[in-house]
Amino acid sequence: MSAFLIDIKDVTHAYRTKAGPLPVLDGLNVQVPEGEFCAVVGPSGCGKSTLTRLVAGLMKPDKGEVWLHGERVTSPRKTVGMAFQNPVLLEWRTILDNVILPLEIVAPRMPQRDRVERAMHLLEMVGLKGFEGKRPSELSGGMRQRASLCRSIVHKPDVLIMDEPFGALDAFTREDLWQTMRDLRAAEPFTCVLITHDLRESVFLGDQVIVLSGRPARTQHVLRVDLPADRTIESLYTPEATAMLHLLRDEIRRAQGREGAVH
Amino acid sequence: MDLVKKIAIPVAAIVAFLAFWEFIVWVNGWPNFKMASPSDLPPAFARYAGLFVEMGWQTLWRTVAGLCLAVLFGTLLGMAMGFSKIARDALYPLLVGFNAVPKATLVPVIALIFIGQHDFNTVLMAFLISFFPIAVSVGIGLSTLEPEYRDILRSLGASKFTIFRKIALPKTLPEFFGALKVSVTLAFIGTNLVEIVPPHGRGLGALFKSGETNGDYPLMFAVLIALAVLGIVLYYAVVALEQIFAGWAERPGG
Ligand SMILES: Nc1ncnc2c1ncn2[C@@H]1O[C@H](COP(=O)(O)OP(=O)(O)OP(=O)(O)O)[C@@H](O)[C@H]1O
Ligand SMILES: [Mg+2]
Repeated sequence: MSAFLIDIKDVTHAYRTKAGPLPVLDGLNVQVPEGEFCAVVGPSGCGKSTLTRLVAGLMKPDKGEVWLHGERVTSPRKTVGMAFQNPVLLEWRTILDNVILPLEIVAPRMPQRDRVERAMHLLEMVGLKGFEGKRPSELSGGMRQRASLCRSIVHKPDVLIMDEPFGALDAFTREDLWQTMRDLRAAEPFTCVLITHDLRESVFLGDQVIVLSGRPARTQHVLRVDLPADRTIESLYTPEATAMLHLLRDEIRRAQGREGAVH
Repeated sequence: MDLVKKIAIPVAAIVAFLAFWEFIVWVNGWPNFKMASPSDLPPAFARYAGLFVEMGWQTLWRTVAGLCLAVLFGTLLGMAMGFSKIARDALYPLLVGFNAVPKATLVPVIALIFIGQHDFNTVLMAFLISFFPIAVSVGIGLSTLEPEYRDILRSLGASKFTIFRKIALPKTLPEFFGALKVSVTLAFIGTNLVEIVPPHGRGLGALFKSGETNGDYPLMFAVLIALAVLGIVLYYAVVALEQIFAGWAERPGG
């Protein structure tokens, strides 16, 4: 039994394409202790989304093992929550019914009243009170992503997997959502893997930031983020945070194979 | 106000159309056997009112029966093609080929195979002509479902059937109703292709034929109008169903 809630051991994976196998992950190791927030950054196309699909059990790796909660992952599990860049809300359901959806699968016998109560509690926490009866098309992009966040944690998953959930939002909305994320985590702890392209986001939310190398991805660098848990946007402007951002930027450049290039 | 507009505008358009028709016939001085005018139609309807109700009902129920079969079969076929690439590759050329055959040529074939089975033949033709759009649209709707939609449920361990019921099916409904609107009109064509063939003797198609045989031109035009009315009624029935089951697809302000 592993000491980590998420334990990715020596995972190697290749996609079979028409042009032959495309190696995407190469001996990747990631360890996340229970309750920690792990941000993953890396060059575009290096295999980050592939990593999320492996952790969620949607795919099996060619080599290596993925363990969650001391159990080897071979198929999807009910204790996982997922959020994507695209909020993928169902247009024919109200916001409330969208948030309830995972409960219909995971807890088919839960009384509807309890489901509604649980969903309303989350919607209130992310500032969507009063919008529960609306259709997704009536909400702004940021509000839709908030609803999607509620849906991904409504069934109290012990692992939350997010693939660039804030990537399509403007900078201000994004910072609002970082703070929402921080508050949600404080209210009900979960272990999280967050894929992101935004280094500030990784430092603001992460307990550790993992930098992946270019494709095929391996762990290139692991950064511990020793900022207080109750971070504010201001925390990103402290000398410590600035130093971390600089370091991450250099690592990303190295991952892109542009070490030493002048920009 | 909105409702008035919604009704008044189409009604005005229809009145304008009838006036234009009357005018063309009057200007050209066409006799009845060349082209009936709208004013000839009410007497024709009045004379054969009982027949119109009886025949209209026969045409309607057969069309609807054929359409129901088309929905059932088309949806199943579409599901097979949507979920399995093998089924898609296998069935597409067959389907397209079948659809390309002019259905009028099938009338004698069907009539020969099922001699005397008038109801069956009519329903069969309505079905044959109308299932194609449904099968194709359901197939495309299902096969183009974005993987992320599937993944939100799949990552929770939901079964294929649950994913179909909760996501794929409702998401395909707008395409399905779009196809159904096309199928409704096609099904009417199918029904009448069979009804119009002489020994058949039932439905509005047969009434049309008898008008032709007896040189009763106003009757023939009256049948055409009756067919148009039935077509409109059925079409709007589909629109109403669409509003109920896929009303969400209509964007606010759109
Ligand atoms: N189903 C697939 N079949 C074949 N190749 C794939 C498949 N999915 C992804 N790939 C390829 O694998 C590589 C890694 O893809 P992945 O989506 O994991 O990258 P990513 O790091 O998430 O990229 P981005 O930062 O742009 O989101 C890419 O080169 C992609 O083209
Ligand atoms: Mg990606």
